[in-house]
Amino acid sequence: MKAVITVLGNDKVGIIYNVTKILAETGVNILDITQTILQGYFSMVMIVDIEKCTVKFEELQNMLKDKGVEMDLQIRVQHKQIFDSMHTL
Amino acid sequence: MLNFEEILQTLSMIDNQKLDIRTITMGISLLDCMDSDGEKARQRIYDKIVEKAGHLVKVGEAIEKEFGVPIIHKRISVTPISLIAGASADKDYVKFAETLDKAGKAVGVNFIGGYSALVHKGYTKGDSILIKSIPEALATTDIVCSSVNVGSTKAGINMDAVRQMGEIIKETANKTAENDSIGCAKLVVFSNAVEDNPFMAGAFHGVGEPDCVINVGVSGPGVVKTALESCRGESFDVVASVIKKTAFQITRVGQLVASEAAKRLGVPFGIVDLSLAPTPAVGDSIARILEEIGIEHCGAPGTTAALAMLNDAVKKGGIMASSHVGGLSGAFIPVSEDEGMIEAARLGALSLEKLEAMTCVCSVGLDMIAIPGDTSAETVSGIIADEVAIGMVNSKTTAVRLIPAIGKGVGDEVNFGGLLGSAPVIRVNNYKCDELIKRGGRIPAPLHSLRN
Repeated sequence: MKAVITVLGNDKVGIIYNVTKILAETGVNILDITQTILQGYFSMVMIVDIEKCTVKFEELQNMLKDKGVEMDLQIRVQHKQIFDSMHTL
Repeated sequence: MLNFEEILQTLSMIDNQKLDIRTITMGISLLDCMDSDGEKARQRIYDKIVEKAGHLVKVGEAIEKEFGVPIIHKRISVTPISLIAGASADKDYVKFAETLDKAGKAVGVNFIGGYSALVHKGYTKGDSILIKSIPEALATTDIVCSSVNVGSTKAGINMDAVRQMGEIIKETANKTAENDSIGCAKLVVFSNAVEDNPFMAGAFHGVGEPDCVINVGVSGPGVVKTALESCRGESFDVVASVIKKTAFQITRVGQLVASEAAKRLGVPFGIVDLSLAPTPAVGDSIARILEEIGIEHCGAPGTTAALAMLNDAVKKGGIMASSHVGGLSGAFIPVSEDEGMIEAARLGALSLEKLEAMTCVCSVGLDMIAIPGDTSAETVSGIIADEVAIGMVNSKTTAVRLIPAIGKGVGDEVNFGGLLGSAPVIRVNNYKCDELIKRGGRIPAPLHSLRN
């Protein structure tokens, strides 16, 4: 099962560190990372494998969301199917 | 492989352009709930709805969270109650409506449709009792929706039913007058009603449907509007193509949600309704799409042409994105539920006659239109007859959901709140049609050849 994590917000120190720390602790494997900064606005998209995730999907969503609130970022985790269905035939 | 831009585009559609799944509607057959004892039938109905739809809301919310796309409504449609209650010896079916209301509230859905009768050719005993009870049923329940099919391409128009529905709409308006006649917002009169419509207020579960089924209605006027902003000044060839692509993407999300919901609920997937359904929220309007195509306000000359193109392109784009399509499929034009339509009606740009013309080329019909409260029942019937005739002759579904705003006149506003929105009372032609409505009988079905 694959998921897409998106992180949006103002750039600051430690974004990738804090997000990947949670992923490492919950057994989520990162397959791909794309990241860019446009006029100070940070956006990152990660494709991850949640097959061996040690917590429930909802819990992972909440952990990342809470971290986002703490760092003033918008962090979301969604099943990858929604993006596949819209953009691939 | 997905790219960065595509992922951000999807997020922007959800965050800024109000992409959502408008409804997951579970259709439930009540044919096995009939009983000569009304009380027993109602108990069976309640038990079956609670059993089948017990997890509907929970599953809908889980899908919403996991996929990150809002699912606005979870709803239920049932077999037309006139068929079920007709087996009982009851002389009044309001208690059946109360049972639906109770069952719907128990499982947490926000509307339950199917307090309905199909009388395009004539009435059964059950149809007569049900139709008479509609005003009381809609006044005493909160989430029950009612519909009556009075015409079809193959059967013609039952003008006795048209006459009666004019009276029923007026009575419903009077009974709910203290709430801006909201009862009428839950009542639809159809021509060529479909059996698998997931949208309220006209949803019912047809007799040709399986025991239980999941139908999904998609939405996304804001997404189409935003996509069109990138092709200002381009030809219609480009506009149609952009709409098709967008409709494809929207519908794919609908298909994904529909199949996922069906799988999790252990119920067959029925159809995706290829719809563009507006809400009163800014940025979620069909009228604003028409403006983007090049008219000053909805209702201006050119509106019908723009809507015809939009409706067709939505279907063409959506059809390849879903394994089964159905329902009402097309762009909806409910006046009170569309921020741009509300503005056009307030400005006087949009008239009842123009709306009637628009219904010839798009989904559904005269929808959520407030008319003066003193409009006669015969005039309401006349409006219904015209709209049903359009559906009959053009082999399409048309519907009428009019709200005679009791105690209000042209220029006043009605306000239903929430997704039902608000609307200015619109002018109705004052000349009478009483003699036409008095005739009754049936308008014969139209010829299907020599079409001009």
